[in-house]
Amino acid sequence: MFYIGIDIGSTATKVSVLNEDNIIKNIALPTGWNSKETAKSVEEILKKEGFFEEAKIVATGYGRVSVPYAHKTVTEISCHARGVYHLTKKDFTVIDIGGQDTKVIELKNGQVASFLMNDKCAAGTGRFLELMANILGLTLEEMTDLARKGESVQISSMCTVFAESEVISLIGNGEKRENICSGVIDSVINRVYSMVQKTSSSGDFFLTGGLCENDYIVERLSKKLGKNVKTDKLARFAGSIGAALFAKNI
Amino acid sequence: MGDYRKLWESLQMDLEKHDALCAVLPELYGSVYLSQKDRAEAMNYFNFVISEVHGLRIEELNNHRQKGGKVVGTFCVYVPDEILNALGVIGVGLCGGSQFWIEDGEKVLPRNLCPLIKAFVGAKISATCPYFQSCDLLVGETTCDGKKKAYEILAEYAPTYVMELPQMKREKDIKDWEAEIKRFINEIENLTGNKLTYENLKNSIKLINKKRRALKRLYELRKNTPSPISGLDALLVSQIAFYDDIERFTENVEKLCDELEKKISILKANRKKRLMVTGTPMAIPNWKLHHIIENLDAQIVVEETCTGTRYFENEVSEDGETIDDLIRNIAERYMKINCACFTPNEGRVEDIIRLAEEYKVDGVVYYNLSFCQPYSVEYKRVEKALKDKNIPLILIETDYSTEDVGQIKTRIEAFLEMI
Repeated sequence: MFYIGIDIGSTATKVSVLNEDNIIKNIALPTGWNSKETAKSVEEILKKEGFFEEAKIVATGYGRVSVPYAHKTVTEISCHARGVYHLTKKDFTVIDIGGQDTKVIELKNGQVASFLMNDKCAAGTGRFLELMANILGLTLEEMTDLARKGESVQISSMCTVFAESEVISLIGNGEKRENICSGVIDSVINRVYSMVQKTSSSGDFFLTGGLCENDYIVERLSKKLGKNVKTDKLARFAGSIGAALFAKNI
Repeated sequence: MGDYRKLWESLQMDLEKHDALCAVLPELYGSVYLSQKDRAEAMNYFNFVISEVHGLRIEELNNHRQKGGKVVGTFCVYVPDEILNALGVIGVGLCGGSQFWIEDGEKVLPRNLCPLIKAFVGAKISATCPYFQSCDLLVGETTCDGKKKAYEILAEYAPTYVMELPQMKREKDIKDWEAEIKRFINEIENLTGNKLTYENLKNSIKLINKKRRALKRLYELRKNTPSPISGLDALLVSQIAFYDDIERFTENVEKLCDELEKKISILKANRKKRLMVTGTPMAIPNWKLHHIIENLDAQIVVEETCTGTRYFENEVSEDGETIDDLIRNIAERYMKINCACFTPNEGRVEDIIRLAEEYKVDGVVYYNLSFCQPYSVEYKRVEKALKDKNIPLILIETDYSTEDVGQIKTRIEAFLEMI
């Protein structure tokens, strides 16, 4: 029997396959414009790899309702918590900077004790970074690489739309691109920081979501929080691993 | 709905725009309400009231006015219905709950203002709400800065009277409120030409107490596990309380309760989580949060809001030898409402904890209309008190638009998984 977790995020889709004892496969693919199509592609991959026939499947992420063959859906908040606890065996405060949502989840005995999630505003999310990179004519990686060399300029607006005009006027004023990059990263870090401040968390932090593979983000976040933010090479898959673990309970 | 175009025309309504509003409601009501399973038969009355929301009831208001009666519009549970009714006035609640009116509201109001205020101002200036158009007088109150200032704008469109609500609850404030009610009596006497008497006031108090008692009975039934009525249906009944004929409404709530009482014995246990909603009011047709929650594995069993317990809790004492005694009783009853516009407002925190126990709730959803300052600031104190009692709580801040429905659903779902 295989236990499969499918995490359809707004940007990327992550799939984890577990057997009774181990994580045996992790797959990531872009979500694209239609999560139903993405679910179909995942189905094909799973079939090709021979996981599909005897499987319990749990879907999570914002596209969780678009997976007709899933046996159950669980929110990404519970899945990230469970995934992180599985990877670390420790009650971390999980920070998930996702495509359209940023979440701070506090764990207690491996369970969600409380959580915060941004509302419809995109400030402090991966989408915000992507948009800003776009305006600067850079990829996300290029933007963080440049930011490392820059001195942060203040981007005061919390609102993505206004921040965009702020960045454009900085460009217009001839501000150095690396400084703007640094300011953009800072504004996201500050937003996450203020969310963390709203929780009672004093524990250790663990970063999941697409940005966890970016050393510079982890470094800046650690500095701002005054604590070493941990992550893991599988942290990107925390949601799908958590979902696969929920599949074991079906 | 019958043909009311002539009536609407006589009320100087913008018929074309009003058609657009009327076109969305049946579909919304169908998908939110009529799709519910195992509803009580007696809900048909309330279905009917909604289907005639801009029709039959408006005709009733019109007939009342033809006979020389007056109609007064209100925006808050603090405006004493007892006085209006005693003086032969039909009072109607005018708070706006539809996104439809926001755009017009924003023509004269800042965007970063609570949607309830934007909606009711929009409803008036667009001339698309027949209740507004039927009013001889609007009665505001100083519950929050947004409303307070919005009445100045509203006054340009319709005769408006504002009651000054004290913001603390000392003996002095209760006396002030009593004096304010007396000024209000004077105003309504002048409007109607009728005189307040001991008899008509006492009868009015009795009538409205009966209405409160009926609603209380309905809420008592929701304490059963599982509740025999959905949160959506209970919310609808509360919303209709604000504008329906008092006697007919009371009778139909009692009928509903009779049916639900019988239903309780045959209800099967389910695994739905029991939730309380606390916070800002939900005016018709704001069913957004209830609809999201009750489509998940949960049931709303109590609302600590102005469209919930705050509307009917506490009766006006019927004891008193003189008209002044009765007015004092009214002032005392109303000053027991725990609105976030008061400081301090410990009573509300106590209410939430008491209701959480009485209704055996698994968690509390703090509902905050965007930009409603009193409630959003008060959140912190409620959060702390509930944490001490180990009662799970989630804050949902939102407006009438539908763009954040997905995110709210995820947050509520995760909250349900957590508790």
